[in-house]
Amino acid sequence: MKLSIQINEGPYQHQASDSAYMFTKAALEKGHEIFRVFFYHDGVGNGTRLTTPPQDDRNIVNRWADLADEYKLDMVVCVAAAQRRGIVDEGEAERNKKDATNIQPQFRISGLGQLIEAAVQSERLVVFGD
Amino acid sequence: MSELHTVNKSPFEKNSFDSCMGHVLDGSAVLLYEDGVYAAIKGTAMEGKVTSAQGVKFYVLGPDIKARGIDAARLTDGIEIVDYAGFVDLATEHDKVVAWV
Repeated sequence: MKLSIQINEGPYQHQASDSAYMFTKAALEKGHEIFRVFFYHDGVGNGTRLTTPPQDDRNIVNRWADLADEYKLDMVVCVAAAQRRGIVDEGEAERNKKDATNIQPQFRISGLGQLIEAAVQSERLVVFGD
Repeated sequence: MSELHTVNKSPFEKNSFDSCMGHVLDGSAVLLYEDGVYAAIKGTAMEGKVTSAQGVKFYVLGPDIKARGIDAARLTDGIEIVDYAGFVDLATEHDKVVAWV
């Protein structure tokens, strides 16, 4: 079945990013298709490559990135939520005159239309967050 | 049309479980996960709300009760334990998923 995932909570906040990751991984291992993972609100914090959690803790950002590499996931960060919270790719850095970028390469910044399209194209949209 | 409702906050912290119970229909299912699992404990004010819901099947996420030190014996009768693969099955077997975040 074709599924999409929406995540509204940042990494290391409560448990939503962990739950969403475990659900997504279990769905992929069962042979389901993940059409898109959409990061919204504080969920955009899952997309920065600059996190350095302690070595004995899970690395939430890298874990998403590894899953994306393995299954060719489309992981989209909401642009308006990203601008507010300082998640930046090269296009955004140029447009908004920022001196750095921090997006993890497996993520891309795009608009809410991507969430609507995911909801329309997928048979289920499963939402995680606060 | 059957729905899977998911509740991830404790009923002693937020009212999302009560909101869910006000909307859930006969033939639907409720999955309690993260801090939502506290609604599944026998002997709390939530027990009656679970047992009196006609035609509603309740599930709890096993790894989340384990993480909170809740033994399966403490769950309200009739609540079924599932793992993440079971969560995926519930999402696909029902017509839609409603997240009471």
